[in-house]
Amino acid sequence: MFFNLSLRYKLPLWGGLLIVITALTLSLSFMGQAYDDLKQDVLRSSEDLGLTMSRALFPLVLHDDVWPAFEMVSLPFQDGARANAMHAESLIVLDPNRRIYVSSHPERYPVLSDLTALGREFAYVDKELGALQAGETRVLEPPDSSRLFIAVPIISDGVTLGTLLAVHDTSTFWFRFLRLAGRALWITLIVLGVLLPINWYWGQSMTQPLSLLARHMETIHHQLPEALEPGIHECGDELGQLYKAFAEMVAQLKEKALLEKQMIQSERMAAVGRLTAGIAHEINNPLGGMFNAISTLKRHVSLDSVAQMTVSHLDRGLQQIRETVAALLVEAKLKNRDLTPQDFDDVRLLVTPEAHKKRIGLAWSISTGEPVPLPSTLVRQILINLLLNAIQAASDGGHVSLQAAMDGNNLLLRVENDGRTLTSEQMGTLFEPFSRFSEQGNGLGLWITYQIVQQLKGEIKAGADAGLTHFLVLLPLPGLKDENV
Amino acid sequence: MGVLLLLLTGTSLGADKPLHVGMTPAFLHDQHALLAVWRDYLQHRLKRPVEFVPRDRYRETMDLLQQRKLDFAWVCDYPYVAMGKEVKLLAVPVSQGKPIYRSYLIVPAKDTHTRSIADLKGAVFAYADPLSNTGYLVPRFAIKQAGYDLGTFFRRTFFTWSHRKAIEAVASGLAQGAAVDSYVWDSLSKVNPEIAAKTRVVKQSEPFGFPPFVANRSVSQADFDAMRAALLDMSKNPAGQALLAKLNLDGFIAGSPDLYKSVADMAALVGQP
Repeated sequence: MFFNLSLRYKLPLWGGLLIVITALTLSLSFMGQAYDDLKQDVLRSSEDLGLTMSRALFPLVLHDDVWPAFEMVSLPFQDGARANAMHAESLIVLDPNRRIYVSSHPERYPVLSDLTALGREFAYVDKELGALQAGETRVLEPPDSSRLFIAVPIISDGVTLGTLLAVHDTSTFWFRFLRLAGRALWITLIVLGVLLPINWYWGQSMTQPLSLLARHMETIHHQLPEALEPGIHECGDELGQLYKAFAEMVAQLKEKALLEKQMIQSERMAAVGRLTAGIAHEINNPLGGMFNAISTLKRHVSLDSVAQMTVSHLDRGLQQIRETVAALLVEAKLKNRDLTPQDFDDVRLLVTPEAHKKRIGLAWSISTGEPVPLPSTLVRQILINLLLNAIQAASDGGHVSLQAAMDGNNLLLRVENDGRTLTSEQMGTLFEPFSRFSEQGNGLGLWITYQIVQQLKGEIKAGADAGLTHFLVLLPLPGLKDENV
Repeated sequence: MGVLLLLLTGTSLGADKPLHVGMTPAFLHDQHALLAVWRDYLQHRLKRPVEFVPRDRYRETMDLLQQRKLDFAWVCDYPYVAMGKEVKLLAVPVSQGKPIYRSYLIVPAKDTHTRSIADLKGAVFAYADPLSNTGYLVPRFAIKQAGYDLGTFFRRTFFTWSHRKAIEAVASGLAQGAAVDSYVWDSLSKVNPEIAAKTRVVKQSEPFGFPPFVANRSVSQADFDAMRAALLDMSKNPAGQALLAKLNLDGFIAGSPDLYKSVADMAALVGQP
């Protein structure tokens, strides 16, 4: 479950977990150390005080002054004594037989009672003290007990008169330790309170570009991913490299898609061309026979007026079929003169009446100059077709322009009009035969133009920008083209 | 310089010799503020310096008297009896209308079964002072009267060197019993009721003459009379009355040595040589 989470959450959560573990580990080790230190401190100060007190106790025990000895051992436990400097629960003075000589809490530890009578812990202490070397100070920790004993001998000049036993309850360490631990906990919480939001923010800002990238990548199956906006992550790190690579990949995919589209289009056009050529040949053969039959009929048979009219109808119909088929079968007539600027003037003369009908302004810009080695008839046909189409598409009182120029070894022709622009669907089937976009014409104008351009090994493209529809024709000059190839 | 000062005050050299008054645990002698006021009062009455010399042990005060380092002392009745002709009876305090006090046998308040000293056989017992009547003579006399052996009756005994501390020893549980001065116990239950409340009075002894003020035999008759008058007059003026109230006393009387006859008899039986 957790492993499927978004990196946006997973990374900060992992980071947060690590921070918490680190903080807790540090706090715990600190607290463990603090507990040991605390215990050692208490034991040491208790032992020091015990040593001092045992020295003062010696003469009192020697003279059997029970009361002053009691006053001395109970001094640390009086109300006024500042928080019990020894941190002990009780102080007990034992005689050499390990009976209680006097204690700070006689009700709990009565005078003259045997240690063994005071419970398991004291029995342990009794046993340990019995084994103790004379003059030795020891810390005794009975097993399974919350109590701890410090035994200091009451000794002077090698003579031992008894033992001072400081009884500690380890729960007092715990109490002091818990106060310390409480403080440590607060500090830990404050540190976590600062670090966790920083970690969260850092994790988010690290993974946000990644998840954005992931979202873009996801769409790659159904459509081309959109290019990322620039400036999201411009660093040179791995993420930056990823962004750069992604942008390159998107650009390449787009180019590839465009190429594929163009290829499909040109293949389709070629297929259509083969089909129409085949049909045209199939029609032309019987057509020729029919024309011969009509000619024979007219020449050798006298026909009445009705029959003549019928034959004439047949003849005109077959004529129209032949023209249509001829239009489909565009064939370059290679024996042709070169294109001169005069040809452009002729074309202008031819289309001007049509333009005048719709009050359309013609803009003419020819910069070819010298004759161009391209068949003039075909280029004139291209120009007339494109210009008439443009005039037809332009709005009333609109504009149509022609630009012709040399671009290296190519002749560039550009025809523009300000009529309604073409939809992308229309663009796809623009050059196919009988694709009628206007009510007039036979729908073969652009087909013929396309065929001519193909025969001249050129290119034709339609496009639209800034409210203008344009057709761009590129025709390579034949001689130079061969050289290039 | 000192001579000049003395001349200026117009008093004689002899009259300015300070009077030394020994103070013992016969009363709550660790009330230092009260003692300072009392000393000022006496200086004012006697018109000469007075010095209080506090000692915890009767023996020390008795030694100081014998060495003539003290002119007067407030001691227990047993030391008075023991010193015989070395001291004279100066004044006897009056408490609750009578110049008498008793010995209280006390046990911790938790101990509810003890009815007499015989019940404390084998106990840890706190004595006040080996020269104390109520804190030493009386309990030992009672044990002997009951037919026990003084040497083995208690499992352990110790001296606290004051009645007040003997009460504390019982209150804390250090001792399972003690015999104390009734005047000290009564005073303590007014001054410091929590400590007294931790003890229970099992038995009151017969009355004895109140711990007296004594004068050293060496004290002049004039000083003797002046001091006695100063003490006896305390109940007759407001400052003195305030002091007496704090001392938990009614006043002082001249008293008679006959008051202490029973103590002398008892000392002869169980007291120290």
